[in-house]
Amino acid sequence: MAQVSLDRVTKQFGDTTAVDNLTLHVADGELLVLLGSSGCGKTTALRMVAGLEDVTSGSVSIGDRVVNDVDPKDRDVAMVFQSYALYPHLTVAKNIEFPLRQRGVDKEERATKVKQAAETLGLATLLDRKPGQLSGGQRQRVALARAIVRQPLVFLMDEPLSNLDAALRVQTRADIVELQARLSTTTLYVTHDQVEAMTMGHRIAVMSEGKLQQVAAPEALYARPANAFVARFLGSPGMNLVEGMLVESGAPAAEAETHRGALSVAFAGASVPLPAAVGDAVRGSGPEVLLGLRPEALHLSQDGAIGATVIIVELLGAETHVICHTETDTTIIVRQSASAAKPKIGEAVRIAVDPDPASYHLFDASDGTRLGGSA
Amino acid sequence: MRSRRRKQALLAYLLLLPAMVLFGVFSFYPFLRNFKLMLYETPPVPGLPAHYVGLHQIVPTITSTQFTQSLVTTLLFVVLVVPLSLLAGLGLAVAAHRKLKGMAAYRVIFSSTVVSSVAVAAVVFGTLLNPVVGLLPWLGINPTPPALESSTWALPAVALLTIWQFLGLSFIIMSAGLQSVPDELLEAARIDGAGPWTRFWRMTVPLLSPTIFFAGVISTIYAFQAFGAVDILIGNQNAARLHTNVLIYNIVTELQIENNDGAAAIMAIVLFFILLVLTILQLRFLERRVTYAR
Repeated sequence: MAQVSLDRVTKQFGDTTAVDNLTLHVADGELLVLLGSSGCGKTTALRMVAGLEDVTSGSVSIGDRVVNDVDPKDRDVAMVFQSYALYPHLTVAKNIEFPLRQRGVDKEERATKVKQAAETLGLATLLDRKPGQLSGGQRQRVALARAIVRQPLVFLMDEPLSNLDAALRVQTRADIVELQARLSTTTLYVTHDQVEAMTMGHRIAVMSEGKLQQVAAPEALYARPANAFVARFLGSPGMNLVEGMLVESGAPAAEAETHRGALSVAFAGASVPLPAAVGDAVRGSGPEVLLGLRPEALHLSQDGAIGATVIIVELLGAETHVICHTETDTTIIVRQSASAAKPKIGEAVRIAVDPDPASYHLFDASDGTRLGGSA
Repeated sequence: MRSRRRKQALLAYLLLLPAMVLFGVFSFYPFLRNFKLMLYETPPVPGLPAHYVGLHQIVPTITSTQFTQSLVTTLLFVVLVVPLSLLAGLGLAVAAHRKLKGMAAYRVIFSSTVVSSVAVAAVVFGTLLNPVVGLLPWLGINPTPPALESSTWALPAVALLTIWQFLGLSFIIMSAGLQSVPDELLEAARIDGAGPWTRFWRMTVPLLSPTIFFAGVISTIYAFQAFGAVDILIGNQNAARLHTNVLIYNIVTELQIENNDGAAAIMAIVLFFILLVLTILQLRFLERRVTYAR
């Protein structure tokens, strides 16, 4: 049992800053997902916790101990690699046993623990096979068994599901969540897949270009993204972001002090009125803003505020994504149920926004930060 | 359709022709010619015609002391050369595998023996081992008789030169093998608690075993065919006396000094079969223990 802390950690490779001043705390027993696109520094951060990369500045601690200068083998962490990194010349049993053997665990205890770990992961019948004779999913489970067998303080997982096919990925995702909950071992989990992050993480830390963008529980991250990057990254498809001007209507400028007009976001071909609660929160910002609208907060309606042209209609079974372009060729995706009437490609449509204030997200046009109160 | 395929086949053979001609003239023809030569006995006096003896000179040739001693010398030579050149190649490859600045220069140096000619190498080694101006006397080591004139040290000296010559290729093969060992495996082992020594012996070496095996086969064949090093470093007056009379050298002596084409052909055929059997044995026997990383 241990918490993991990164305190103002920076990692540089030559002139490139891979991780920039990252501060992150993983609570004891928590499953924290590090999410970001490739090259964002998430794997480097994980490798620094493992001890496979040196820290350029800042400190990494596991439990109460600063581990910057501690060898990987003495950090009491176990890592699951994207490629699984199974030892191809050793049997499954020997693979699982390896970390115990290296730590001088006696033979009988080793046998018991290997058996336990193998049973936990349904590998009992495969112990004599070599990794080359296993399927992808089986290899993945061997890698997990090797990680859990010596009951480490921390699990580090580097995209462990990315080499599995879609169906197996969903299954294994659930298995890992269940395993982690049962063992309550502190886990740092790296992925580029936001669905994985949303479904698995107790909390998610979103990274971009070496910098931490936001850390929050999945619901909070989705409902109140701290900036335009997080807004776009989470959700499938991500949030629609439209550049526009914050304008006040219904009140002449001279009376602005006393009479507060309704605010709306105007862009080519549209003027989207903001609900009073949203408008009051962002009043005085801008005037250039990014208006963020989740696809599920939109629907096609004749009296909708936004004029657009349908480009593609994607059928996904239970739902349909209608991909539209505004007059300035900004893409807006509308998610509607499969039963709703499907527009034709090339058809001019109008898009309406749900009146719920939570449907509207406003971000600063220059730096992308969320407007209207903290995230 | 059929004519097009025929055209393609024709082109293929045309493109293969230069290689086929070269192989034919310098490998296949002389190889097959051996089987004819072994049936004829050449009189020791030049000018007289060879006469047909059938298979009768085979047994006397391969049971002669000269031949059996030569065979023992060759085996000893192989035992000296192969393990050491593999170890040295592996050692250098591991050293050069680390991501350090200026390592590329070392890689070039380590692999450079591939492009050095045996003649030049032999002259350099001969000079280093020279009892008057060499490196050995400079180091204060001055055995009597000198290394290259001692029946104990002459063969190891030739072996040393051969190891050095093969080192470049051994280094290149081992380096290529090391590139194929995934870093992640060694990292996983490191996190699992394995120190550098354990990682090397329990991960790198087993994963490298196909490469080591391949280098082993190549270096064995290479050692069996040593000739230039013996010829230049020791010379034909001393080869037999100093126990450096390896098989190929013996064959050449038989051919050029003794003018005994038949005996030379028989020895060449024996060498061919030794190498053939050895290669098959190595492939069959060692392959089972080799871990092919997948």
